Amino acid sequence: MARELLETGATIDGFLIGEKIHIGGMAELWSVTRPDIDVPILMKAPLILDGEDAEAIVGFEMEQMILPMLSGPHVPRFFAQGDFADQPYIVMERIPGHSLYPWLEKTPLPADEVADVGARIAQALNDLHKQNVVHLDIKPSNVMLKPSGEIAFVDFGLSRHLHLPDLLAEEFRLPMGTGPYMAPEQLFRIRDDRRSDIFALGVLLYHLATGVRPFGFPRNGRALRKRLWKDPTPLLASDPKFPPWLQEVILRCLEVRPDDRYQSAEQLAFDLRHPEQVQLTARARRTKGDGIVTRLRRYMKAAGYERAMFESQALVHAPHAPIIMTAVDLTPGGEALAAELRAIVGQKIASFPEARLACVNVLKQNRVQLNYSLDASGRNLHVARLVELKEWARPLGLAASRMTFHVLEAPDPAQALIGFARTNDVDQILLGARASSALRRYLGSVSAQIVAEAPCTVTVVRLKRRAGEEGDHENEAAPADPVSPVDAAS
Amino acid sequence: MRIALLADIHGNREAFDAALEAIRREGADRIALLGDLVGYGADPGYVVDRAAELVAHGAIALKGNHDEAAVDGRTGGMNDYAKAALEWTARQLDAAQSAFLAGLPLTHEEDDRLLVHADATNPGDWRYVTDAREAERSLNATDKRVTVCGHVHRPQVFNMLPGRAAIAFVPNTGTPIPLLSQRRWLAVLGAVGQPRDENPSAAYAVLDTAAKSICYRRAPYDIESAAKKIHAAGLPQILAARLFVGR
Repeated sequence: MARELLETGATIDGFLIGEKIHIGGMAELWSVTRPDIDVPILMKAPLILDGEDAEAIVGFEMEQMILPMLSGPHVPRFFAQGDFADQPYIVMERIPGHSLYPWLEKTPLPADEVADVGARIAQALNDLHKQNVVHLDIKPSNVMLKPSGEIAFVDFGLSRHLHLPDLLAEEFRLPMGTGPYMAPEQLFRIRDDRRSDIFALGVLLYHLATGVRPFGFPRNGRALRKRLWKDPTPLLASDPKFPPWLQEVILRCLEVRPDDRYQSAEQLAFDLRHPEQVQLTARARRTKGDGIVTRLRRYMKAAGYERAMFESQALVHAPHAPIIMTAVDLTPGGEALAAELRAIVGQKIASFPEARLACVNVLKQNRVQLNYSLDASGRNLHVARLVELKEWARPLGLAASRMTFHVLEAPDPAQALIGFARTNDVDQILLGARASSALRRYLGSVSAQIVAEAPCTVTVVRLKRRAGEEGDHENEAAPADPVSPVDAAS
Repeated sequence: MRIALLADIHGNREAFDAALEAIRREGADRIALLGDLVGYGADPGYVVDRAAELVAHGAIALKGNHDEAAVDGRTGGMNDYAKAALEWTARQLDAAQSAFLAGLPLTHEEDDRLLVHADATNPGDWRYVTDAREAERSLNATDKRVTVCGHVHRPQVFNMLPGRAAIAFVPNTGTPIPLLSQRRWLAVLGAVGQPRDENPSAAYAVLDTAAKSICYRRAPYDIESAAKKIHAAGLPQILAARLFVGR
């Protein structure tokens, strides 16, 4: 069968070819339509100029393998693909909006804008990582900002699906990626570490915040290796008013050793959304780059770096670094339950060395008098609650960097807690449930609502009751015990 | 078409039944048994009878080195456990069962696929395919785009672009691997009856010719019963013990 030419007006496998949208180094994009598909779609076809362009072919194959496996709002939806035997193509959703590339013209951007877009990208990255894909080419032109404000990634030609063969692994001897964004381990051709994407996102955020790339635009292997020993200039060096917390976050993403970076994209997103919770270290205070002596020492050390050093770390390439949230009830009389909850939280945390714990308490607001909590006494109550929450967590003996504390003010405690879990991509919720009473059954239960609606695993902790105690005689059909990790504000 | 692929059943009735039951529930249009129906396990007669019944209903069955040795006693190159088990196996089989094993073909070719027990270079030599170089050797011995074999007892998938080096990959249970059409593929199956990849559950795979993918799967089975029968038959103890750990 004669090959159908890829040109405007032609039809390939039912797709009517429209305008050519873009021509890049490796592929071209065409706007296409098919009567049964009512969202904008495009056809991507590899540019194989002389039939022997291996990198373009293999990158395209990777995308053919990975895209059909992906789902959700942060990736283009996959529709169809064509074989190399005939006309190779992929038809996918045309993501509305634009890439972050034009934003580079507007840099430096205000810190709060950088943090906001950073949190959204990190959240999207977390979704991708949970689908077992490492993107490995995160850069402004591959990050799309949809009109909804959501982030979507495009171009999976260099990506790795951890459950599929890596076609690129054996193929090319040179490191693959985009020079300014490549993580140190990518220089050693390690392609299975999710934390490589966190490094690239750090580069992107640094660039947005300063207008400068932290490692410049290297054009050869030696220039690429510089990031192994030369620390990026602190953001405070060019702007003394730059928020130290955001410098802490960005420089942590840019650490040479993956173990020293954020261990998961969700933890990065969390910090970007909770500046007051970021643990400041020496990174936050740096105002100038390493001195000549330190630099020389790092240079000598980096000369000895080899693949094995990063490989041993890549063995734990999927560190389970969840965010565990606990909703703590601080009402007087609930001490025994709070202690039991702490014991269970302690066990849970012990089984995930990379986990972070978010301790949350809700300050219930009166629906009618919303402004009440805004006055001075309301503020004080908030602070007092925060202190109590920290006191509750102290016996856990966790490093400060692994815990955060949040007092939410809301009229509906269950909704506030569910909302917190959703916004922060929480993996597990632990909360206590008090013994039932007729009143609580009448009012409905916070824990029952959370169990029903939370976007993740929920563990309900309850004090063991002895025979004859209140509640023991209840039948199974009774609604779950009401709980309040929540105290009335007044 | 969905083709269920099973290799290295090795007289393990419980594992074979569990895998076939899992395949029945998932649905498959065809079943292919890629050799070594017998050897090691305590139910060679049952496995051969069930295989013959499947073949009568359209299944493909191929010969493995243990099937060959159980019939003609050619146990050269095998370890003592395997030899002991084969001598015992030969005594369990009746004439019809032996004839069934003797009559099995070494290979099966269909569309763009080659099914074979071991390396395709010279199937009767029973060479293993354990790394990329051995995979290239086997792939170079056939024009077929996709080869499926067993013999190694550890799942692995190789692929290569013509003229380039092969890439090895250990498949993830339950994730379909797209058999990209411009590449050549060699899928080494895990063992149904004596897994050696540290996962004791019966291993098999399903090839989907429409979706052009292969998906590796596992079926848990009653290892204790299979092991007890090996003890009761007086077969080497290690053949029972290894089933529990999948090594």
